[in-house]
Amino acid sequence: MSPVLEAGNLRVTFGTSVAAVRGVSLTMNRGETHCLVGESGCGKSVTALAIMGLLSRTAHRSADILRFHDYDLTRLSERGMARLRGDRIAMIFQEPMTSLNPAYTVGSQMAEVFQRHRRVSRATALDRAAELLQRVGITAPGLRLKQYPHQLSGGLRQRVMISMALMCEPELLIADEPTTALDVTVQAQILRLLQNLQRELGLSLLLITHDLGIVARMADRVSVMYAGEIVESAPAGALFAAPTHPYTRGLLRCIPVPRQVRRDEPLGSIPGVVPRIAPDFVGCSFRDRCAQAMPDCARHVPRQRATIDHDYLCRLPTDWTRAEAA
Amino acid sequence: MLRFLLRRAVLALLVCLTVLVISFALTRLSGDLAISIAGPNATEQDIATVRKNYGLDRPLPTQFVDWAVHAAEGDLGRSYLYHAPVAGLIKERMPITLTLGLTGLVIALVVAIPLGVIAAMREGSLLDRAIGLLALFGQAMPSFWLSLVLIIWLGLNLQLLPISGVDTWQGYIMPGIVLAFSAIPALMRLTRAGMIDALSSDYIRTARAKGLSSTKIVLKHALRNAAMPVVSVAAVQLGFMLGGSIVIEAVFALHGVGYLAWESISKNDFPVVQAVVLILAIIYIGLTLLADAMNAVLDPRLRAA
Amino acid sequence: MKHAATSLGALIVFAVLLAAVVAPLVAPHDPFVQDLNQRLVPPEWMDGGSAVHPFGTDQLGRDYLSRLLYGARISMMIGIFTVVTSGLIGITLGVFGGYFGGKIDEVVMFIITCRLSIPLILVALTVVALIGSSLLVVILTLGLLLWERFAVVSRTTTMQVRNLDYIAAAQAAGASRRHILLREVLPNILTPLVVVATLEMALAILLEAALSFLGLGVPPPLPSWGLMIAEGKDYMFFSPWVIMIPGIALFVLVLGINLLGDGLRDLLGAARPT
Ligand SMILES: Nc1ncnc2c1ncn2[C@@H]1O[C@H](COP(=O)(O)OP(=O)(O)O)[C@@H](O)[C@H]1O
Ligand code: SF4
Ligand SMILES: [Mg+2]
Repeated sequence: MSPVLEAGNLRVTFGTSVAAVRGVSLTMNRGETHCLVGESGCGKSVTALAIMGLLSRTAHRSADILRFHDYDLTRLSERGMARLRGDRIAMIFQEPMTSLNPAYTVGSQMAEVFQRHRRVSRATALDRAAELLQRVGITAPGLRLKQYPHQLSGGLRQRVMISMALMCEPELLIADEPTTALDVTVQAQILRLLQNLQRELGLSLLLITHDLGIVARMADRVSVMYAGEIVESAPAGALFAAPTHPYTRGLLRCIPVPRQVRRDEPLGSIPGVVPRIAPDFVGCSFRDRCAQAMPDCARHVPRQRATIDHDYLCRLPTDWTRAEAA
Repeated sequence: MLRFLLRRAVLALLVCLTVLVISFALTRLSGDLAISIAGPNATEQDIATVRKNYGLDRPLPTQFVDWAVHAAEGDLGRSYLYHAPVAGLIKERMPITLTLGLTGLVIALVVAIPLGVIAAMREGSLLDRAIGLLALFGQAMPSFWLSLVLIIWLGLNLQLLPISGVDTWQGYIMPGIVLAFSAIPALMRLTRAGMIDALSSDYIRTARAKGLSSTKIVLKHALRNAAMPVVSVAAVQLGFMLGGSIVIEAVFALHGVGYLAWESISKNDFPVVQAVVLILAIIYIGLTLLADAMNAVLDPRLRAA
Repeated sequence: MKHAATSLGALIVFAVLLAAVVAPLVAPHDPFVQDLNQRLVPPEWMDGGSAVHPFGTDQLGRDYLSRLLYGARISMMIGIFTVVTSGLIGITLGVFGGYFGGKIDEVVMFIITCRLSIPLILVALTVVALIGSSLLVVILTLGLLLWERFAVVSRTTTMQVRNLDYIAAAQAAGASRRHILLREVLPNILTPLVVVATLEMALAILLEAALSFLGLGVPPPLPSWGLMIAEGKDYMFFSPWVIMIPGIALFVLVLGINLLGDGLRDLLGAARPT
């Protein structure tokens, strides 16, 4: 089966001095939940926006491959991309409080996307909106449709954003930290909701988070990002069982087994901060913070395979962790 | 919201009262009004007669209370020049000034909003800077001089438009353009700033993520939010335009309230002057209240509060 | 380009200021002397012009270049002294309102609202008509009317400055109110006020010209640019330069001041006062 989304060597630069995404490759299959994790500022949102074609004008995007089904997104016009967005690819943002237009009702904003892609009457679109609001667990959808964003709580707004993203039954849903701005109980509800919807609709979910609890609970596959690169990518079980990249190990320190993680566990903390990387940077970007760093780490770093579907970006051999333990 | 509007209304009333005092005091600035009215060649006797006839021999507080009470009843006194009630004179000429003001406002909005939107969409580009420079040009243009230049160019050389009077609607075009010039820079900058704000907002990103067309994103989602401050400033600008139309009415010989005021000032017809000051101030205050109310209608967040 | 515009603005303002100062030295003729045999002579570059009157003459045969140069004095005096007067009034009101807050601030806001609702030109015309037209009267009238932007801006910036640490420190150290206001608050709010000053200066110059144009500003035979335009108005159809020359001078000066103000705003990082 051909993948839903395939990105190869995706790069995003801002001006001449900032490389926010540096050669990201990832593949999403139908019905799969792929978690993108990493510290704040490592380029997760920029990656998502690059896939959506929503980068600001100051950004420059390039990719060897960027495909959605049969569409070559690197060649697709803005109009063509707009036809896909909201219809077959949808996105939920991190900021539920500001992501809805304050000047229009919830109903109007939800109906709009359906009318745009399905050419139906407003009444039909509103019916569909009510149906979806109900589906995400909102009672009295008729009332909510007539309300303005400022009349809703953060949790409700994020539910509205989710149901708006689902209006056209997209095949790919990108959720950028959808629960970060919400309190813990609401977080749990929203995640359960996403999980159910994904199962029911069979959609592919690219879930961006820095919360390992969410990863442990949701992910089929995990990609760990650092300074604009995916430094390790593996099926969730394999990653938690045998993290190989020193950065991943730092993140997971004390959390060796999935399902034992507390849901609100933050990423393990590693001394230092994510560096700002210039486009001409060579070598491992983690070397300033890495306990295993060696002189060669300043040279080009190879991507290595631990198993057939587990790779990492580091000079160390796959079995270095055993040597360390010994 | 209701409390807020009520507070504003009380404040507006207080401002009206203050303006009432000011407009009365203004005309008493010279000391003895009777000397001014009687004219340079008047004898002692003449001045005394004037003083008696116009009630200027009474103590100032009495004069003020008399004028204020009558003004509150809608009686603004009698014109020395026209020997007619001031209220009637103003009522007769108000339509011309209002038409001129509204023409100016419409022209200003029609020019300023698209320019502001374009500048915002191309923020930092050469076009943006050119539009910014245009605003500075507009700001530096003396309105009376621009009027004369337009009269020579459009009226005389091209013979496109009448050079004075408002016998036909075309008569409003040139003065309307000149009046609009004074409001365009402020409205344009405000639109630009509001649009830049809106275009970089999260809800615009959402609109793009929904796959909406760029026309819809700019006109429906961004402009709607950027328009709110523009509406209130437009109302205030209309107030300034009505006040400023005195110069333009004088140049184009439009017999509106501004012309009446200019004539009255030149000919010492002070009941008219103080009445026009009062009326224009009240209109301005009304417009600011209207702006508040319109914002409440446009912004759902204010409406509910 | 931004830089070039600012420099151009500064250059224009400096040039007009220079013209104003040295007008008596460089003016080719006495600006008040009439020569009825030399009426409405066109400027040098037009047919019938001569080097004797580079900018031609007016309807009374007075040399236009000389009048223009002396007119620069009037515009600059109006601009500078009006800004000084209105600045004193507006900044005092604004700083008091912003620093003390509460009832005092409400009164200040009320005064500002009242000022805004009074029709500016109308009141200025009336005052000049009643007291009599002279340069001093025009300066004082405009100064008494054009202070509200100073007040608004200094009020908001004072509010921001008031809560900063060094003010609290000065208060704790027992500094007098007078000292705090003059030595601690004022220097820290000057930046945006400089920009307001350019805006008000431009406005004052335009208003003086408008008042003089309407016959209730600077009295004739003083060569105010606005007055020159008014006097030339009746001859503009056949001798358009009589209104073009002073009009362009006025436009260029005001544009220069605005360009300078805009540049200063960017340089000093102040927000545009609305
Ligand atoms: N519009 C922009 N202009 C310049 N730099 C940007 C822009 N957007 C993001 N960046 C930079 O790209 C990097 C990645 O940001 P982001 O993808 O938002 O991180 P996160 O992983 O927290 O989502 C950051 O260093 C950020 O400073
Ligand atoms: S390449 Fe070197 S510096 Fe980078 S993670 Fe591996 S060991 Fe550490
Ligand atoms: Mg992010």
